[in-house]
Amino acid sequence: MIPAATLPHPPLVFGPLSPELVLVGAGLLVMLIDALRPGNTGRFLASLTFAGIVAAGIAAALLWNWHGPTLVLGGMIAADRYSVFFRLVILVVAAIAVVLSQHYLERSGEYRGEYYALLLFATAGMTLITASADLIMVFLALEILSLSLYLMTGFSFRRLASAEAAMKYFLLGAFSSAFFLFGLALAYGATGTTNLAGIATRLLFTLAPTQPRGVLLPSPALALVAAAFLGIGFAFKVSVVPFHMWTPDAYQGAPTPVTAFMSAGTKVAAFAAFLRVYTVAFGPLTNDWRPILVVLAALTMVVGSVLAIAQRDVKRMLAYSSVAHAGFILTAVAAGTAEGVRDAMFYLAVYAVTIVAAFGIVMLVSVRGERNLSLDDYRGLARRSPFLGGGLAVLLLSMAGIPPTSGFVAKVAVFSAAVRAGFWPLVLVAVLASVVAAFFYLRLIVVMYMREPEVAAAPAGETVLTRLAVGLPVAATVLLGVLPGVLFDVLAHPSVLPLGGFGFGL
Amino acid sequence: MESYFQSYGVLLGLLVAGVGLVAVAFVAARVIAPHRPSPSKLTTYECGMDPVGEGWSQTQIRYYIYAFLFVIFDVESVFLFPWATAFVRLGMQAVVEMVVFVVILAVGLLYAYRKKVLQWA
Repeated sequence: MIPAATLPHPPLVFGPLSPELVLVGAGLLVMLIDALRPGNTGRFLASLTFAGIVAAGIAAALLWNWHGPTLVLGGMIAADRYSVFFRLVILVVAAIAVVLSQHYLERSGEYRGEYYALLLFATAGMTLITASADLIMVFLALEILSLSLYLMTGFSFRRLASAEAAMKYFLLGAFSSAFFLFGLALAYGATGTTNLAGIATRLLFTLAPTQPRGVLLPSPALALVAAAFLGIGFAFKVSVVPFHMWTPDAYQGAPTPVTAFMSAGTKVAAFAAFLRVYTVAFGPLTNDWRPILVVLAALTMVVGSVLAIAQRDVKRMLAYSSVAHAGFILTAVAAGTAEGVRDAMFYLAVYAVTIVAAFGIVMLVSVRGERNLSLDDYRGLARRSPFLGGGLAVLLLSMAGIPPTSGFVAKVAVFSAAVRAGFWPLVLVAVLASVVAAFFYLRLIVVMYMREPEVAAAPAGETVLTRLAVGLPVAATVLLGVLPGVLFDVLAHPSVLPLGGFGFGL
Repeated sequence: MESYFQSYGVLLGLLVAGVGLVAVAFVAARVIAPHRPSPSKLTTYECGMDPVGEGWSQTQIRYYIYAFLFVIFDVESVFLFPWATAFVRLGMQAVVEMVVFVVILAVGLLYAYRKKVLQWA
């Protein structure tokens, strides 16, 4: 008999995973309650889900002052403020999505208890990916969030568009997962580790063999291919051109609250992992991947903005605008500097809150299910319902990047980061793309304010909760536009950068 | 880098040899064997029942849920066996973790049962 302590295993520190544990626990509870007490439990399960998200938020906030080890569970999970920041953003989005979903499902009659379990699991995947410090963990979290979202996209499967959207999203998503997995394998082949910080260490040695650590690698070529494949996997998830094809179909076909949830949540989560993998693991190769990201960012902004002009369906238009926004965020990533990461974080937080509320208002204008989605249905909305029209106008102005909204500050920050990194031609393209994009945002505002309404009635059925769910983000949009320092002060501290990136934390 | 590709060269050689063997066997059979067809020889299954209907037909899809559940519990046993050889040395934590894992799967089974997935109706 071998004595008990001979098998080495990492110490089990579950503290930094507490938000995910809470979310998954709540998800299982929701699933069980739904199975054991079937019936009209929508409101109850929605409240439970909301409570779970709030509890996870508290757990995440407590991690801000985490004093334990920074890498736990065998280097799989990073306990840094970077992950806490993104987790809180995602949880805010999820909380808003729960309120919207409850409203939508109750009115469309498509309620089934699984919805809230799936929403919690998707949220858990999203928050987990922000804290993943190992490619395996990134992949796992990516799958957790994707699988739940495929199902949520097809949740109104009796509506053909929803089923089609889910199918497209699933096939292309599975395709991108394969790319990601291949990149993961190549990264392991190139460096002998899947740990993000470990990859960086080995690469550093490859590039500067005088440093006496790691093993000698023949060349970084394999690592470059790995970075490219992993990049393709992320580009799919954040819908960067030319990997954006699924976005308009999935966003249009999915039930509107699901669109709201995934347009904000997936983008934040995938960008969080994208930033971490590229700045930490492939930090030593920054000069190699920067030019590629510059080209992708320019393509994404131009294609997204131009194609959005041609859309008559509001959900589809917002989907293309979300493609364009991926390009703007990528501009900051391409800068490859600590400042770029900070500005991308600011942009993501601002964008997430804006888009979730914008889709929320679209949902309220639909009244029930998927109706009133064409531009013509928004005629005179501001007169019929000043609250919805005004709110949407503020959000659209923010997305167009017009002061005094948060979108303006975010764009300025992102552009200045790129300029300081020397990419002024990219910023030129970005500014032109925002001018193009301003056209279709302002067109919708014109339709809402200056066209005669076809029907006089206001969209009915807003509740206090849904008003809060879209009203608070609108308020935040204006507040962060006037006082961006509130968020920038939080981001100014070096500890919000991803652990191991830019030499921080190593 | 050279030795890296050399190790794949072996694989390439094996692939070529494998494809070659099958190709040679088929060509040799075509060349050497006598060719005297008859109606019964040309049927799909020479010594079986005559096929009925088309190749495309509807299949009972209910089985996939059983396949699903089977795979889940198959994976459970894949985890359980290596764990069973080592949990004594891993201590109490390993036991608790495995219990959590099995309970989560059991919740899934309970869910499937309550949703009447296990009923054949």
